[in-house]
Amino acid sequence: MEDFFTYSVILGIFVATFKIATPLLIAATGELVAESSGILNLSLEGTMTLGAFTGFLVANETGNLWLGLVGAAVGGGALGLLMAVMTATVKVNQIVAGLALNILGLGGAFFWYRSVYEEGGAVAFPTVDRFQTATVPLLSDIPAVGEVFFDQHWLTYFGVLMVPATFIFLNRTKYGLELRSIGHNPEACDMRGVGIISRQYTAVIYGGVMAGLGGAYLSLAGGNQFFDDIVAGRGWIALAIVIFGNWRASWILGGSLLFGFLEATQLSLQASGVDLPYQLLLALPFILTIVALVLNRSRSQVPLALTIPYHRGER
Amino acid sequence: MADTDQSGAAAPGENILVAEEVTKVFPGVVANDSVNVAIRRAEIHCLLGENGAGKTTLADILYGVYQPDEGRVLLEGEPLELNSPRDAIEAGIGMVHQHFELVPPMSVIENVVIGTQAKQWLDLTEARRRLEEFFADYDVEIDPDAEVGRLSVGEQQWVEIFKTLYFGVEILILDEPTAVLTPQGIDELFRILRRMRDEGLTIILITHKLKEVMDLSDRVTVLRRGKVVGTVDTADVDQRDLARMMVGREVLMQADKAASNVGEPVLEVEEIHLESDTGRGSLDGLSITVGSGEIVGVAGVSGNGQNALFDAVVGVRHPETGSIRITGQDTTESAPHRIATLGVASVPADRIAQGLMMDFSVKENLVLGNQRERQFSRAGILNRGQIDAFAAESIDTYEIKTPSASQITRTLSGGNLQKIIMARELSGQPQLIVAHQPTRGLDIAATEYVRRRLIQERDRGAGVLLMSEDLDEIFQLSDRIAVIYDGRIVAVTEPDATTLEQIGMHMAGASDTDRGSQ
Repeated sequence: MEDFFTYSVILGIFVATFKIATPLLIAATGELVAESSGILNLSLEGTMTLGAFTGFLVANETGNLWLGLVGAAVGGGALGLLMAVMTATVKVNQIVAGLALNILGLGGAFFWYRSVYEEGGAVAFPTVDRFQTATVPLLSDIPAVGEVFFDQHWLTYFGVLMVPATFIFLNRTKYGLELRSIGHNPEACDMRGVGIISRQYTAVIYGGVMAGLGGAYLSLAGGNQFFDDIVAGRGWIALAIVIFGNWRASWILGGSLLFGFLEATQLSLQASGVDLPYQLLLALPFILTIVALVLNRSRSQVPLALTIPYHRGER
Repeated sequence: MADTDQSGAAAPGENILVAEEVTKVFPGVVANDSVNVAIRRAEIHCLLGENGAGKTTLADILYGVYQPDEGRVLLEGEPLELNSPRDAIEAGIGMVHQHFELVPPMSVIENVVIGTQAKQWLDLTEARRRLEEFFADYDVEIDPDAEVGRLSVGEQQWVEIFKTLYFGVEILILDEPTAVLTPQGIDELFRILRRMRDEGLTIILITHKLKEVMDLSDRVTVLRRGKVVGTVDTADVDQRDLARMMVGREVLMQADKAASNVGEPVLEVEEIHLESDTGRGSLDGLSITVGSGEIVGVAGVSGNGQNALFDAVVGVRHPETGSIRITGQDTTESAPHRIATLGVASVPADRIAQGLMMDFSVKENLVLGNQRERQFSRAGILNRGQIDAFAAESIDTYEIKTPSASQITRTLSGGNLQKIIMARELSGQPQLIVAHQPTRGLDIAATEYVRRRLIQERDRGAGVLLMSEDLDEIFQLSDRIAVIYDGRIVAVTEPDATTLEQIGMHMAGASDTDRGSQ
């Protein structure tokens, strides 16, 4: 049955590719919107962790997974709001603010988790009855294709749909055009009467909400519990994917799927006991990001005012 | 565009926009001091003044960028509360800033519609139609889908102007719009501005150039150190009157200069070619010679190779072919540091980006580049005593106005910044001085100072290569004038043997065509 084995492994890899890519897609499309407004939110890792926890907490307390998602959105959005206050209003250095909030998100989530679930020095690792995959009728019966594309979590469909949605929002709507303009030249927008701060708040809070939802995928759909280091670097990878994707939604899809594919391959290779240094595969997405950046450096779509705070009247 | 219709009976000539007793104080500076200005409907009104006279601050108040500390703005007799540019735009006031407010990676059309779209769904068809109509109407050829960052500065200015008019404003404020234009471009702009005025637009033009005021304006308000000196009808005054109002004293329009005493060549540039790889222009077989004790002025419209020539002579870029000799030594491939040690002083056009470390102290900037000299350091350790002594002496000799030698350079005015560069560069008694736009943006006193110093250096025996877009400066200082066009020197002459018009024609690269309206 060697053939069947290979087929099922490969199919498994493709199915897993989308699962692994889901939190990255959701967080990265959100971060794309935030960065388009000129604010680099480095706290994605912490925001995803907090979202994973608040989502888990609400779901566990209420027994309703959908309310859990709302909890994750609120948790992530709250951290996004803090980021917006610090960068758009107070105009703290964005790198400093992002790193600080990252630590706050990571530490806060775990501290909160222990203060709720620790009893007598031991944590009873609670679990939730996690999301099942949402099978699309008929389409999911197509061999292979059905399993890969139409038998996934709701959040996976959502993540993939966010790619065209983000593209249309940024490029085909008035608000998106204004956001991108702010990211490139806030002064030009100010002089045109386009309010900067409100739009940056919207964008950064939205980015936080999406990061929270991305985190919730890990605790409510991909897994069924919260634990320390649940996000395991995915926040940083999502940030790298935005850069790798050259601030374009379509490339972010490609980057997320590529990473998902490499990770899935790496996992199944390990599982099947193939003797290949998995560290090499783990490093691949990062190496590719560097290569892509070098090749793209002259045509980079990076928002020109990214990380530069705007003060009216300073030229 | 807002609710101006009910008062639509207003005739040309009556006051439309009035600044009343406007005072604006920035930390340490009174930018506007009880300023009163009345702008009439459908006139071209110049705000004239030197750098730092408060023109731009006043315009920014009229456009809602700043709020006045005291006083108020009246639109058609009604007090106008301007808390942001949005308010100004809604009141029908638009402004084109000196530094363009464009989004370079976006297209012309996207830039135009930012802030104007009513619907959430982006619809560019209407904007495109109006844009194409406007460009056709005024004979401007710009592709609405072109990326703004790839347009020339002249084209970018048209985008800026149309962007503002697209709001349907009735009052258009232009801050130094000619700074980036060729003489022909200026003629073209003025022709269109006059037409717009005749069609009912009120235009406020900020400038420090007397000629522009005389050419274009109906009335002019002169500002000096934040105060209004007066408002006059342009027809009633001449350039000398305006200069006196602007500076507050009689201005010598001529620099005194003894006959030149030209010696051996200190700079010989032969047939150099330089490809444009950095956006700083190219050279196409340029040759020029500067002798000791003479000033050679290079006249030309910006972007014809001045930057490339500067770079090649000081060694920042090396030509592909041709040769450069400085005091007889081949420096074609030499590094900037070696060229400097041959006695070459350089005064770059962009003093902030290329001439100074803005966050360093004045004294550090005064020795910048010379820090390896024995006078200032021993075995890599800076000799602070010597540096302090040198700084004190320079501040004294060059009349640099700074609270102390340790002051952060950023806080100084443009004239003082240039004096720091001059003090540093001229300290070693250079044999060759390469000066690019040495007086751009300086007030009249600082300009006079810099020009006088250059003449002194020439009298001492230095050769000076002076590149300037200010033709008056070229004529005043030069012993010989070379015209640069398209990366080559197309004419060399002496100031007495030519006219402004002839030089202008060479600058346009068309010696046989008439300059039309001039």
